[in-house]
Amino acid sequence: MATTPTVRSSSFSRNISTSAALSASALTPGSRIGSGGAAFVSSGIPDLDRILGGGFLLGSLVMVMEDAEAPHHLLLLRNFMAQGVVHCQPLLFASPAEEPRAFLGTLPAPVAASKEERQRAPGPDHDEQEQGLRIAWQYKKYFGEQQASDAQNKDAKQEFGNNFDLRKSIERHMLSAQKVDCISIQKFSNLAPLRERCSSFLSKLPGNGAGLAGRIAIQSLCAPQCGFSDWDMVSFVRSLRAMLRYSKAVAIITFPSVILPPSFSKRWQHLADTLLSVRAIPDEDKDLAKLLTGYQDMVGLLHVHKVAQISSQVPVILEASTFSLKLQRRRSLVLERLNQAPVEGSSGTSYGTAGPCSGSLKGSSIDF
Amino acid sequence: MNHSPNLLDEALGLTGRGFGGGALSQGRVVLVDDCVETSGAFVLHHLVKRALSPDSGGTVIFIALSHPFSHYDRILRKLGCNLSIHREHNRFHFVDMLKVEFPNEIQKNAVEHGLVDLYSKILKAVEVSSSGDYSRAHISTVIDDLSILEIVAHGSVDHVLDFLHYCITLTSEQDCSLVILNHEDIYPEMEAPRLLSHLIYLADFVIKAEPLVTGIAADVHGQLTVLKKGTFNDSQYTDKASNFHFQVKENGVELFFPGTRC
Repeated sequence: MATTPTVRSSSFSRNISTSAALSASALTPGSRIGSGGAAFVSSGIPDLDRILGGGFLLGSLVMVMEDAEAPHHLLLLRNFMAQGVVHCQPLLFASPAEEPRAFLGTLPAPVAASKEERQRAPGPDHDEQEQGLRIAWQYKKYFGEQQASDAQNKDAKQEFGNNFDLRKSIERHMLSAQKVDCISIQKFSNLAPLRERCSSFLSKLPGNGAGLAGRIAIQSLCAPQCGFSDWDMVSFVRSLRAMLRYSKAVAIITFPSVILPPSFSKRWQHLADTLLSVRAIPDEDKDLAKLLTGYQDMVGLLHVHKVAQISSQVPVILEASTFSLKLQRRRSLVLERLNQAPVEGSSGTSYGTAGPCSGSLKGSSIDF
Repeated sequence: MNHSPNLLDEALGLTGRGFGGGALSQGRVVLVDDCVETSGAFVLHHLVKRALSPDSGGTVIFIALSHPFSHYDRILRKLGCNLSIHREHNRFHFVDMLKVEFPNEIQKNAVEHGLVDLYSKILKAVEVSSSGDYSRAHISTVIDDLSILEIVAHGSVDHVLDFLHYCITLTSEQDCSLVILNHEDIYPEMEAPRLLSHLIYLADFVIKAEPLVTGIAADVHGQLTVLKKGTFNDSQYTDKASNFHFQVKENGVELFFPGTRC
C-alpha cells in the first residue's frame, strides 16, 4: 500500500546506472538524467530543483503566476537565466521592457566561495576533495550500493546547479562570452515575430544526444502595454508548448494572472506543464508573524500548483505545496516549508508543519 | 489483471461482451471534464486501452492536440497496451494536431478549412477501418483536448460546435463513439458557457474529475463523478450518477467508493 506516487517510486522507471547518468551529464553540462530517463535542467535555485524532483523537465513549459504588486517572479527568472549563462546554454529572453538587454546586468553571480565550487575547481583543492571522497568510499561497504550511488549523484549534482549571490551581479565577460538573444516584445503588433524567433532559436539547438539544452525566458507576456489579443497570446503559448515538446529546451513564462480574464487565466494554467505562483508577504502582518516562524526572513511565498509529468499519467503529489522564499545570509535564495510557530490557541490555517526541508540550511531556522 | 473490470468500467458499462450499451458503443458521446488541480487525462488513457483491448477489438482515432505520440505511447505501454503495434495494424490512427495552425489573418475561412480538413481525416480513418479486416469493429474517436482545439480555432465557438456536430453525426451513422476531454474551469459561470452547456447536453456520459474538497492527499488523487444520462425505459427516466475516489497509478487507475479504503 506504500505506493506514494513520487517521481522515483514507479516500478517502470528506466534503470539507468549512475555511471551512465554521470557520463550523460558530462556530455551535456547543465542537464542531468532523472528517473525514468527524463532529462532535467536546473532552475538556478537548488531547493526548487529538489522540490520539483530534479529541476525543470526538458521539453516542458514552466509558468509562473506573478504577484501583481511585487516583482518576486523576477527572482525566479533571474536565477533561471543566470544558471543558463553559467552553463553556457543558449538563452533567449523576451520582455516587454524597451531595453531587455539591461535586465541581463541584474543577473546574480554564482557563489564562488561555496564548497561546491571549490570541489569543482581542479587544483590544490583537488587532493582534499579526493581525500573526502575516499573516506566516503570507505564507508561504501557499510552502507551498500544505495549510499554509494547517492554520493555519486551528489557529485554529479554539483555540475548541475549553482547557488547564486543576489547581491553581486554576474561578471560581464560571462555575458559577453556567449550570445544571449534579447527581444523586446513591446514593439510587436502581434506575437507572430516572437513565435518565429522562438522557433528559429529552438531549431538551432542540437537534436537528441550531446549538446547544450536551450532556455527561453519570457517576462510578463500578457503585460497590458503590449496589447496582444487574448486569443493571440494563448495560441502563442500553445504553439510554444508544442515546439518545446520536440526540442531540447525549457521555457519559462511569467504572467500576471490577475490581468487576464479569469477564463483565459485558466487556459494558460492548463497549458503549463509546471505551474508556480509567487506572492509577496506584507512587511507588518502581525497575524502571519505570529503564525509562522522565521517570518522576518521571508521575502515571499512560492506555491507549486502543478509539476510537469511527461510520459506518465501519475500526478506528482508534493508533501507541501507552499514554500517560503527566504534569503540566506541576505544573498542566496532558499525555499523552506512553512513552519508553524508554536502558539497556543487556535490558528486559522494549518500548513504543513515539519522541520526545515532545506538541507542547505543547516538548521538555522530552528529558532524557537 | 488486464481484463478484470474496475469500478470505472462498471460505471461506464464496459463490462459486457463487446461493451454493448456502454460508453464505447454506437452513438455514445463521452465528455471528460477536469480542472487545473486534477487532470482527467487518465480516463482517456483508460478508455483508449479498453477500446483497443482484445475484448472489444475496436479501433481508435486519436486527435492529439496536447501531447506528441511518444507521450501516449509510453503511458499506454505502462498500462499494457502497445500503441505502436496497434498503429501498424491500422487499429490506432494518430492525428497529430500539435503544431497545426490555422492562419487566421491571411485567409478568412482558414479555421473552417482547417476543421473540414480534420474532419475529412477522421472520415478517411473511419472508412479505412470499416473497410478493412475489422469491418465490424467499433470505432472510437478521442479528442485530447477540446479547449486547445478552441485555441486553434481562435476562439470561434461556432466552428468548433459545427465540427463536433459533424463528428456526432458520424457516430450515429457508423458504429462510432466520441470521447472528448475538456476543462470545466475555463468556463466561468458569469460568462455564457455556450460550449460547455452544449457539450453536456450532447454527452451521454459526463465524467468529472475534481480535487478532494479537503485538499491534496498522497493516496487519494481526487474524486470522479460519472453521470450516465438516462434513457426512457418503460416510460421511466433514470439518471445514474456515481461518485468515486481515485488513485492514479502507472499501470492503471484504482477507484473506490469514498471511505471504503482500508
